[in-house]
Amino acid sequence: MNRRIIFYMLGQILKVEAVLMLLPLICSVIYREKSAITFVITIALALLLGFLLTLLNKPKDKTFFAKEGFVIVALSWMTLSVVGALPFVISGAIPNFVDAFFETVSGFTTTGATILGGTEIEGMSKGLLFWRSFTHWIGGMGILVLVMAIVPTDSGRSIHIIRAEMPGPIVGKLVPKLKSTAKILYLIYIILTLLEVILLFAGGMSLFESLVHSFGTAGTGGFGVKGDSIASYSPYLQWVITVFMLIFGINFNIYYLIIAGKLRTAFKSEELWCYVGIVIAAVALVTYNIHNLFDGFWETVRQSAFQVASIITTTGYATTDFNLWPGLSKGILFILMFIGACAGSTAGGIKVSRIVLLFKRISANLRHMIHPRGAEAVRFEGKKVESETLNGVLVYFAIYFVCFTVILFVLLFEPFDFETNISAVAACFNNVGPGLSKVGPMGNYDIFSYLSKMVLSVAMLLGRLEIYPLILLFSPRNWIKSRNK
Amino acid sequence: MKIIISGCGKIGRTILKNLANEGHDIVAIDTNPDVITELTNIYDVMGVCGNGTDSDVLQEAGVSDAQLVASFTNSDELNMLTCFLAKKLGAAHTIARIRNPEYNDKSLAFMKQQLEISFTVNPELMAAREIFNILQLPSAVNVETFSVRNFEMIELKLKADSALDNLKISDLRGKYKSKYLICAVQRGENAYIPDGNFVLKSGDKIGICATPTEILKLMREMGVQQNPAKKIMILGGGSTAYYLAKQLSSLNNLVIIIEKSSEVCAKLCEAFPKAVVVNGDGTNQEVLIEEGVGVIDALVSLTGMDEQNILMSAYAQNKGVPKVITKINRSVLVPMADSWGLDTIITPKKIVSDVILKYVRALENSQDSSVETLYRLMDDKVEALEFIVKEGLDFLGVPFKELKMKSNILIAGIIRDRKTIIPSGEDMLLAGDKVVVLAANQRINNLSDIKG
Repeated sequence: MNRRIIFYMLGQILKVEAVLMLLPLICSVIYREKSAITFVITIALALLLGFLLTLLNKPKDKTFFAKEGFVIVALSWMTLSVVGALPFVISGAIPNFVDAFFETVSGFTTTGATILGGTEIEGMSKGLLFWRSFTHWIGGMGILVLVMAIVPTDSGRSIHIIRAEMPGPIVGKLVPKLKSTAKILYLIYIILTLLEVILLFAGGMSLFESLVHSFGTAGTGGFGVKGDSIASYSPYLQWVITVFMLIFGINFNIYYLIIAGKLRTAFKSEELWCYVGIVIAAVALVTYNIHNLFDGFWETVRQSAFQVASIITTTGYATTDFNLWPGLSKGILFILMFIGACAGSTAGGIKVSRIVLLFKRISANLRHMIHPRGAEAVRFEGKKVESETLNGVLVYFAIYFVCFTVILFVLLFEPFDFETNISAVAACFNNVGPGLSKVGPMGNYDIFSYLSKMVLSVAMLLGRLEIYPLILLFSPRNWIKSRNK
Repeated sequence: MKIIISGCGKIGRTILKNLANEGHDIVAIDTNPDVITELTNIYDVMGVCGNGTDSDVLQEAGVSDAQLVASFTNSDELNMLTCFLAKKLGAAHTIARIRNPEYNDKSLAFMKQQLEISFTVNPELMAAREIFNILQLPSAVNVETFSVRNFEMIELKLKADSALDNLKISDLRGKYKSKYLICAVQRGENAYIPDGNFVLKSGDKIGICATPTEILKLMREMGVQQNPAKKIMILGGGSTAYYLAKQLSSLNNLVIIIEKSSEVCAKLCEAFPKAVVVNGDGTNQEVLIEEGVGVIDALVSLTGMDEQNILMSAYAQNKGVPKVITKINRSVLVPMADSWGLDTIITPKKIVSDVILKYVRALENSQDSSVETLYRLMDDKVEALEFIVKEGLDFLGVPFKELKMKSNILIAGIIRDRKTIIPSGEDMLLAGDKVVVLAANQRINNLSDIKG
């Protein structure tokens, strides 16, 4: 284990976080709020720590392997969340550190689960609200991808870091150089975000709220500025957010292919069409199921589409309290939480591509039972899938449900109904945000004990980083010294 | 520069590594998915799994905007086809590895032209040429030639009893009368471009630039001169041995080739009627003794197995063979062989990768000053580059003593009107000159880079 490079990277991450925190600071200064000082303190602290770490740990040996990649990612996200929670604690907006940590982890992991009630959110200072939503934007594409894009690295092995941070079963590059790939991804991300800001602003939303909601949509997070989420905005704004939630749930490689002019390849993507298919089917079913709750066809479609888009992309905005919907609709939304959107997007969940690969693997196995001597090849996106990748998918499912069960077991000790507990775990583990019953879109997570909040924070990190980095971080075998430093 | 490399075996991989280190955008194509995974894990490159002769695969790799497509698979035909397709799909330049002796000479030139292949490399032929050069000057561990005939660079290893041990370079001037320049020194893991105050130690590997006649004179003065090898034993009868035997027998040397396979022996007999071709196992000492390992001038181990080559060379060295040359494919074994005292080691993939590197750098800056030759010496820490000086260089006619150059850069030789000048402070560059520049621990792309 190359410890120097790990702590060096942590230092770099802290410096980047400090720079990113300048934006909420500017926001606070514009609105002349007292919260500006809390940002100044946090930035100073992060810079101090960052420079200490980088100066003390100048790596002599710059090579690192997959294990260092996992550890760097896991530690970075934890450090990021601890430092990111400081403004809430220092300003007194969320005085308890566990609460603030939960809220920040929920931000960075693009979950959007909050421990704040509607009135508390509406009473929060603009700078803090900005930071709260901006964490979604940072976490959506990934802080390490950002670091790769801006900090010079001369090691070809940085792909291990990106692979550990980017969701999905197969992580490749768009262009030969990792740095250029990271830059392209962020460029697409920024352009799409700006587009949404403009469209929201044009629809009459204030600039501040346009920014905050665009951050929430882009990262598929779900933090807003109001107690009732998006319900009080105009139908136009709700449609804009619906469409953009779906857009940010698509694999970013597709956008690159479109920009590069390879439209045919882009629209041949199996994952894309499965994703679109699931969305259309879910919207149709939910619309049929709730048609007598709303007036008029388009109103019903809008409500159903918004909720479906919000849940499948694991954003977690709401325009209505879907807790009051009939069981079928609630069940569909619950299932969508697990599916999640496409790999390589900013969304959480298991990812459509994994589900597709799982079904292909199952059907290949069934065929194999009928023709024991038959040769099988699983194809996905027009290519043969290596059995290693398929195995990876199967193991991921297994480990996913083991983690889910363990986390659920802790939550079962809470004095709430089963629906609350299981949906809380599903919503956090899949980075959705709102669950059902007491943690529904109009409820919040403040009802849980501190232990459960910590466990749910871990669940959110597990979900965002796709489990392995955190587990490998605590595996003692990973920390055995193998090289002389 | 965007470069596609198809076929990532030993040679392809070495070239990929060198080009990736120079900061190029590289896409690797290989049929083996494990190779692709491994390469993308270690180097900052993109991988496409598939066959380079598949136009879909080439297109996925982005052939249309690639400046260079290089194919290094095992098959000459695949390489040619890949290059042909790549050129048709819009690649600017193509390089193919073509090594079958049957394709060389006339037919190669015709195919190159018809298939629009910009450049072909033949690692075996290049290795054979290099071995041939060393056999002509056996006291050197390496001989590098440049585009002009009368300028060479040789590498010597200073033995424990060397006359140069503990001598200052400035003191050497008075001791030996020949005109030469000690241009690079490797000591342990470090490489230096020495100045007059540098003190040589035994165990150093030094690079010397001079004209071939001056080099011979210097060797004689130093007392390390060995005559060109006349009786040469070659172990292994592969393509490298074929090319080497061809060059050696044209000089009427006695060539003894020991090869296991009787079929290969038959072919070699047919090609080299004067050579002694022995159908036997070179690892068998009996065979070597019988064929006269005690009286030969040089032994060259060229079998396909690195370990065999090392062992047989070590055996020959013990038997007192004056010059032993070892071919080693896997570079990890080179330091090991070096520690056994085998100082003359040929690594074909390194020779090829130097040539490709030169080609790529020349593509990068073809306008102002072009790289004619590039060698990497002293564990790749020093580069020797030959440039043609063109009109418009901003220090034309400026004497070197007035020119401020970067540190660790040396102008080792100027060739003007077929005359070799070992430069001093009074000399200067003129348009039309060929100039050899040495640079340690840095990368020089064109001549103006040497200015500090």
